Amino acid sequence: MAHLSAETMADGARLAGCYPERRSALIPLCHLAQAEQGYLSEEAMEDIAALVGVTPAEVRGTASFYDMLHTEPVGRYVLAFCTNIACMLAGAYELLEHAEELLGVHAGQTTPDGLFTIEEAECLADCDRAPCVQVNHRFVGALDSESLDLLVADLTAGNRQTEIPQHGVLCRVRRAVDLPARRGAAAGARSEKTTFAGGAGDGGAGS
Amino acid sequence: MITAAAPIVTARLSAYRDSHTLERYLATGGYDALRKALSMTPEAVHSEVNTASLLGRGGAGFPAGRKWGMKRPGPTSYLVINGDESEPATFKDHLLIERDPHQVIEGTIIAAYAIGAAAAFIYCRGEFALGLERLTQACNEAYDYGALGANIFGTGFSLDLVIHPGAGAYICGEETALIESLEGKRGFPRIKPPYFPAAIGLYGEPTIVNNVETMSNLPWIVLNGGAAFAGLGVGSSTGTRLFALSGRVRRPGWYELEMSKTTFRDLIFDDRLGAGVAGGGELKAFIPGGVSAPWFGPEHLDLGLDQDAVGKAGSMLGSGSVVVMDDTTCAVRAAWRITRFFHRESCGQCTPCREGSGWLEKVLVRIEAGEGREEDLDLLVDACDNIAPELGWPPQQTTICVLGPSIPSSIVSGIRMFRDEFLAHVKDGGCPFPPDRLASGAAKGARL
Ligand SMILES: Cc1cc2nc3c(=O)[nH]c(=O)nc-3n(C[C@H](O)[C@H](O)[C@H](O)COP(=O)(O)O)c2cc1C
Ligand code: SF4
Ligand code: FES
Repeated sequence: MAHLSAETMADGARLAGCYPERRSALIPLCHLAQAEQGYLSEEAMEDIAALVGVTPAEVRGTASFYDMLHTEPVGRYVLAFCTNIACMLAGAYELLEHAEELLGVHAGQTTPDGLFTIEEAECLADCDRAPCVQVNHRFVGALDSESLDLLVADLTAGNRQTEIPQHGVLCRVRRAVDLPARRGAAAGARSEKTTFAGGAGDGGAGS
Repeated sequence: MITAAAPIVTARLSAYRDSHTLERYLATGGYDALRKALSMTPEAVHSEVNTASLLGRGGAGFPAGRKWGMKRPGPTSYLVINGDESEPATFKDHLLIERDPHQVIEGTIIAAYAIGAAAAFIYCRGEFALGLERLTQACNEAYDYGALGANIFGTGFSLDLVIHPGAGAYICGEETALIESLEGKRGFPRIKPPYFPAAIGLYGEPTIVNNVETMSNLPWIVLNGGAAFAGLGVGSSTGTRLFALSGRVRRPGWYELEMSKTTFRDLIFDDRLGAGVAGGGELKAFIPGGVSAPWFGPEHLDLGLDQDAVGKAGSMLGSGSVVVMDDTTCAVRAAWRITRFFHRESCGQCTPCREGSGWLEKVLVRIEAGEGREEDLDLLVDACDNIAPELGWPPQQTTICVLGPSIPSSIVSGIRMFRDEFLAHVKDGGCPFPPDRLASGAAKGARL
């Protein structure tokens, strides 16, 4: 029995079928699991391992390399403060310190109510809008301490839930097709190790 | 002087609020270039790109057409588009992905046709949630429209495209690390040779890796011809380019400019562009092409935005991102923050990069905190010399990838240009710029 929901497992199986080798879906599947659970639980990693055909240890070992994949629970809202060069020159560290005081936790920590995690981020590629802040990877603006207070109040009151889904929900648009071109061109060309098998139906290995 | 006459090649749609939709894309000639390309032979498309002399926009500036020509022949090859954009102060691919995803996709299909790829992948930086949604939506729409999938536009050409999210790791922008990551592994760069992607890439098959902006140029090149593109710019720097301007400047933003024709002075000071230093202060230094690049001073302002000219002057145009520092900017703190970035993002495979970045960061924190010694300056330069012997530019490589040898750029620039300022930190026992301390969290853990 899978621990992740049937829907996530079906989506995951389908995604895994979109790659010549299933393992390629490992990171996209970690995102799907985080969308459901907010982080990557042990059980989710077992499910992912089964879907892509590796061991749970390999999933953990891979996931731990990536900043966006959390193997411990984080807050519903992860506030990422870019402090890299352009944002630092616009006062990012002062803003981050203000956030730490406001929420009573340091960068890397989560508030006791589980609502907020603060992160010191690297450049988020919005450097013309510095200091740049993202909440759950959604750009919320170049903030000063006042607008940060307002943002936190808004999030606490639950006012921005449509715009900013809970942590882990990354891409809300699903791929609508499998690989319609594959059958024609590529299928015959690859050697035995090809695992082009895919599509919604046959991807459920291990679920 | 800015040449207002230059056509807009890649940022065409950015003025429209609905620029990301298929409707808007089609209303402005979208997918016409793909139809035209598919009516040509793949060789003819490749030849137009060669004529255009389109330089890769990912940082290394290698000609796209030449790279395609280096692909090892074989029955199966792949095209991988690099949308991992994480070089600090670089934000042009982010813009192209969010505002004009169909253009990225159309360029990708054209390139896949020209090189005969079995499938294409766009690796999009994970932190670009909106970008991922827009790319995925555009990909779905392109299938629906018949621009992707089996028998595209009835021409017999077929292609599948997968939008692949990253998960937060700068090193995955390096092309071999990107391939590892796309294979579902940690983003560890592979050693070259033998792992040049064009020879041994994704799943061991020949693979072309190109940048998002490189792809975004292709529709225009196909529609207008390689010669028209080569007619823009000067020498090997052809076409236009998206320049990302940030830091201590009045109007930070991205500007599409004809290559070479505009100078750094124009970009930073022209009222239609950067409009001068923020707060009316003096320009102290600027970084010409992403934080991996050595810094320039005011004496370099009249250089053109030209790959060769910037290279000859000892730095690089790199990712096309210019960071302005002014007289309120502390050179030690700037060098520290850039070094901290490399330390955090080193993948850890090579000792000079992994250990070197950590030591350098610690010494810089010590100087910034006013606890440094005069010898620390030599110590920094020595350590840099161990990472990139002789400290030349382009740097000598002692490591698997060029992240390591990029670490010294900011430190060596800072000490060369602002030695007195570094020494003042030591002599006065503190930083002369406000705030006179590093934020507590930032300094913590980095102390010796
Ligand atoms: C540490 C490092 C990070 C890089 N990051 C990126 C990146 O984010 N985006 C990118 O297109 N190229 C990046 N590159 C360059 C790629 O390795 C590769 O040269 C490029 O994607 C090729 O595309 P182009 O030929 O179209 O420029 C990076 C290189 C290194 C060494
Ligand atoms: S140079 Fe640094 S980032 Fe590159 S492979 Fe070596 S340790 Fe990793
Ligand atoms: S430096 Fe902060 S978003 Fe780029």
